This record gives sequence, structure tokens and C-alpha cells, in this order.
Amino acid sequence: MTQNESNQTHVSFRDVETRFKGLFAWVFSTDHKRIGLLYLYSIVTFFLTGVALGIAMKLELMAPGRDVMDPETYNAIFTLHGVIMIFLVVVPGLPAIFGNFFLPIMIGAKDVAFPKLNLMSWWLYVLGALVALSSLFMADGPPDTGWTFYAPYSFKTNTNVLPAVIGAFILGFSSILTGINFIVTIHRLRAPGMGWFKMPLFPWTLYGTGWIQILATPIVGITLLMIVGERLFSIGFFDPALGGDPILYQHLFWIYSHPAVYIMILPAMGAISEIIPTFANKTIFGYKAIVISTLAIAFVGYFVWGHHMFTSGMSGTALYTFSLLTFLVAIPSAIKVFNWVSTLHKASIQLEAPFFWAVSFVFVFMIGGLSGLALGALATNVHLHDTAFVVAHFHYIVFGGVGFAFLGAIHYWFPKMWGRMYNKKRAITGWVLFFIGFNTLYLPMFFLGISGMPRRYYDYVERFHGPNIVSTIGSWVLLIGLVVIIYNLVRSAKKGEPAVKNPWGGKTLEWTVDSPPTLENFEDIPEVTKGPYDYR
Amino acid sequence: MDTSTTITHDEHRDDEASKLGMWLFIFTELLLFAGLFIVYGVYRYENQEAFHSAGKELSVPIGTINTVILLISSATIAMASSAIRFKNKKLTIRLLVVTLLMALIFMVNKYFEWTGKIEHGYLPGTDTLMNMEQGKVLFYGLYFFMTGLHALHIIVGVILITIVVIRVNKNTLSDENPVLLDNAGLYWHLVDLIWIFLFPLFYLIA
Repeated sequence: MTQNESNQTHVSFRDVETRFKGLFAWVFSTDHKRIGLLYLYSIVTFFLTGVALGIAMKLELMAPGRDVMDPETYNAIFTLHGVIMIFLVVVPGLPAIFGNFFLPIMIGAKDVAFPKLNLMSWWLYVLGALVALSSLFMADGPPDTGWTFYAPYSFKTNTNVLPAVIGAFILGFSSILTGINFIVTIHRLRAPGMGWFKMPLFPWTLYGTGWIQILATPIVGITLLMIVGERLFSIGFFDPALGGDPILYQHLFWIYSHPAVYIMILPAMGAISEIIPTFANKTIFGYKAIVISTLAIAFVGYFVWGHHMFTSGMSGTALYTFSLLTFLVAIPSAIKVFNWVSTLHKASIQLEAPFFWAVSFVFVFMIGGLSGLALGALATNVHLHDTAFVVAHFHYIVFGGVGFAFLGAIHYWFPKMWGRMYNKKRAITGWVLFFIGFNTLYLPMFFLGISGMPRRYYDYVERFHGPNIVSTIGSWVLLIGLVVIIYNLVRSAKKGEPAVKNPWGGKTLEWTVDSPPTLENFEDIPEVTKGPYDYR
Repeated sequence: MDTSTTITHDEHRDDEASKLGMWLFIFTELLLFAGLFIVYGVYRYENQEAFHSAGKELSVPIGTINTVILLISSATIAMASSAIRFKNKKLTIRLLVVTLLMALIFMVNKYFEWTGKIEHGYLPGTDTLMNMEQGKVLFYGLYFFMTGLHALHIIVGVILITIVVIRVNKNTLSDENPVLLDNAGLYWHLVDLIWIFLFPLFYLIA
């Protein structure tokens, strides 16, 4: 054993001898890097499932009337697309994969604070996913409520809402445990000398995310349990026939589900804040402003949920308050955009794939953000509510924002995670296709929404036909781009050139360790004396 | 961290971290119940008369007894935390067993209370209740849901404390690493605290 230990120093975490062999060495590993990769593989699987469902929807919308599926199937598909993408992909996405893999390394720790709890979170994630997806294979068919499970339909429909709701509850639990783990890790395990304001920005955004996970997720947990209660025992909380109030369900649901979009976007912003200074070879502009705006988003984002319900008949005071707060939460996001752009000013930029993802993130995020203001204003909201405009806005933020940041992050950290380089030309080809496909897919939906096409219908009138064809073709281009990207990364993970410790010239701690890192990340815990982006 | 060359991560121990983690978990538990308290608040406001009369049907003596029982159990588990620091294993185990006994008595009381209400037809989903006025349906919906979820927490607490008792007995938990006992105590106080709110809301404001 001692022999083994002395050789341990430069052995990749993948090759380390463990108690178990093969698959078990992964699914029972408490190593944060292996858990991060477990999340990656499971999340990518669900992501591809969600993409397939999305493509199917676009196919149905290519022409008016029935094309490839009946309305019931379409209802089930948009519900599953939402449930899978939100609860299984985007909410855990960046924190669970890159947070797990890089948070400890970036703050100079050997692991998270509770490695066993971390493994348990992954198991809960898998359990939740299996329970939620079991609804597909049971007699009454998958749920058709939309991912929001709005009452009273969610307990009136005969489809399998119950497993989907219970699955989402379990997934929430997994998310909470990850949040607790990260907050404690950041409080307790920063390397000596790493004060709060010497911490890189990705860990900062994970910190903000962790608090939202802890403070918001239990509310949706209990709300989903109440739906279970409604279905099993008719407790009547949201059933008008029994004196309950369906609008109360919407409030409780959005008290979580609005902050949830900040759970999604904050780590994405963190990843972008890592990529931009590295490829600009320049200290990030306004580090403290980014930190404070991160915390401001986490805080203010908690009080804007009512803007999902502007047309549900709230009081005027509530409407104005929620609208005002919605405009307020746009400010910290805009501060970040300003900071990223300013970082690029007079920088010597390396044009690499992660950089393209990062700047295109800023581009699509701004379209998403500005269209959000149109929805946050009361008068325009009445016109745009429940139209394709909302779908376009949401996808520009969540697929454009989080998705681009995710792909940027995987291209940025790929050499560290697999110890190999990918084919750079192919990576950029993939990005070009994806970027064009993405905009072709979602831009027409803004126009469709403004001209009145409602969301969640499998059919539409003839005058919406043109933009829908464009949108469907966009979905194919996006798919081709995705195939190129995945092919490139999968192939390079096995056959790529070996990567050096610091291929991009990054300054944060993960670039000081081996590629891929050893089991313990650091031989000696580093002393931190400088800020995270110490360029010039 | 002098464990850099060993393979296991488990060598690392940080009691402060464990306590911080527990407190964060307690936040989430409070917020879980907070959702129900909001629902309660809204429906109490909308159905004042019905909640008033339905609340009178609950037995204040049983509720009071259960409150006292939980308060005593909270005291005994806190004392167990001190006892283990005085290296008094026997006393620690005794205090924990008293805590478990109290939890058991609480559950027995709860059982009789619930079966009584179910015999009257107050179980949500049954025809008798569904034909009553709406405020009453909501009151009993909330009553069973909230006390049910609380009872579930009691059961989890009992399991947790049982694990602690076993570990104290096997000497794997002692004055050197009492943090699991402390955390079990924190959890148990949370369960107690939630009951302190449930008791007046259902039994007393009538």
C-alpha cells in the first residue's frame, strides 16, 4: 500500500485504485470529480431525451393541423420536455457537474465538505429521475399538465401526474443537499489566504445559487406534496369545489420556480465570468460589482414571482410591486453584461471555442433579458402572456443563457476534466452551426408571439405558417451543430492530444493542478496571496 | 490536513461544518412548513367561523399533554448532549431513551386522536367530510396534512436518535465526537418547535 501511495501523486483520479472495480468504482465513489462526471453522464442523457422531445414538437408545428402526432401526445410531450429539461437538466446542470468537479479545486480544497452526502445527492437525483420517468410507462400515460402542474387540472387529469410530482419532490431534495454541501464547503474549506474577495467568481455564483436552493426549493417541495395530497386524499387546498384556491397554488409554485431560474442562470454567469478573463488575458472588470450583483440577483429574485401571474387577477398594488421588482432584478444582470464587455475592451483576445461560446452567451442573454423587460411591463404582458413570445424569451435565457454557458464551460474545462484537447476547428464549426440554428429556431417565435400565436397548442391558423417553418428548420440546424459538438468531445476524450496543465493561460487554481487532477487534487494545500484574475 | 497521502477522504473531520450543514438543513425544514403555514393563514382568514368551530372539536387536554411531552423530550436530549461531554455514557443513554419514550407516547396520543377524528368521518376524501361546509373541509385537510407531516418528522427523529443510542452504546460516539448527538438534538428541537406552532394554531385559537 505504501508503494501505491507514493506513486499516487501524479495518478489521474480516473485511474486510482479503489475499493470497487468497474462501474461500482464510480457509482459508489465519494470523489467530487467522479460525482461531477456521474452527473454529467446522467444529465447529458436526459438532455438528449429532452432535445428529442423538443425536435418532435417543432416537427408537429411545421404545418397547421395534425402532422405527426395527436393533441394528447403533444400535451404529454411538452410536459415531459419541460419536466425533464427543468428538473433533470437545467436546475442541476452547471452546479452539479462543474460545481462538483471544480468548486473544491478552485477554492483549493481536496473535496467538498460532505463527500458522502454528495454521493447521496446523486443517488437521490437518479431515484427522482426514475420515479419521474416511470410515469411514461404506466397505464394512464405521461402527465399532460405542463411542467408547472397547475391546479386544479393537475389533480383532475387521469394521467400519471403522481409519479412526476413525487419525482420532482425527490429531485428538489437532491438539489437542497447539493446547495447545503456547497455553502458549507465555501465557508469551511477555502485555502489559507483565500478571503471572500479573493474567491473566483464561479464559486461565488455557486454560493448565491446554494442559498436560493436552500431557501426556495422547500416551498416547491411542500407545494408538490400538497398536489400529492389533493390527488390521494382530496385535501381541497387548491380545489375550488372544496373551498380551496387554485391561484394560491400558482403563488406557491412560483415562489420557488422563479428563483429557480436564478439557480439556473447564476452558475452560468459564473462560468462566463471565468472564461472571459482567461481568453481576454485580462483581469475581470469590476470583480466586486459582479460579486455584489450575484448576491443582489439571488436576493431580489426571491420577490418577483408574481410576474408569472399578471393576468390571474391579483390586486393592482401587487401587480405594480411585482412589475417594479422585476425591473429591479434586471439591473444586476445588466451590470454583469457591462462588466464582461468592459473586460474585453482593449484586451488581447485568444479566439478559441470557449470564448466564442462566452461572447455568444452575452449576445443571446441580452436578447433574452431585454425581451424579459417587455414581459415584465404590465401592459405589454397582457398582450404577450401565454404566447410564443414567452417561450422564445424563456429559451433565450435558459437554453441560450444556461445552454451556451454550459457548452462554453465544457469546452473551457474539457482539457482539465479529461486531460486531453479537443479538435479546435471542429469545436468552432459546431458552435457556428449551433448558434445559427439556435437563433433560427427561436427568433421567429418572438414574432409569432407578438402576432398572437399561443403557446402549448399543437395546431395554429394558416397565417402563422411561414415563421413556424423557419423555426422548425432552425431546430434541425441546431441538432446538427449539437451532433458535431458531441462527436468532437466524445472522440477527443479518448483520442485527443494530451493536455498540459494550463492550456488557456488561466489564473485560477484549477489550472495549477494536473490534467486530469489527481485524487486529492493538490499535493499540498496552496497558499493564496493574490486575487483570482491576476493578469495585469 | 496531514492526510494528504491517504486515499480515503473520510479522515477529514470538521465539526463546525457539520453543525453549519445541520443549521442550513433546519432552514429548509422551516421553509417546508412555512408553505403550509401560509396556506393555513390564507384559509383561516377566509373561513374564520368554520375554523373557529372546527378548532373547538379538538381536545385541548391531549394537545397540552403532547406539548408538555415534547418539551420534556427536548430537555432530555439537550441534557444528553451535556452528559456525553461529562463522559457519562450511562446517563447519556438513559436520557436518550427517555427522549425516545416521550416520542413514543406522543405518537400513541396522536394515534388515538387521529382514529377518533377518523371515526367522526373527518378524514379528507371521505364522503362525510366532503358534505360538510368548505371551511371545515379545509381545516381538517390542513389538520391531517400538517400534523401528519409533523408526525413523519417525529418518526425520522426517532430513527436518528436510535442510531445515536446504538453508536453511544458501541462507543463509536463519545465526548470526542459528539457532533452527531448535537445535530440529532438540533433536529429534535426543530420538531418540537414546529409543534409549538401547530398546537395553538389548531387547538387553542378557537
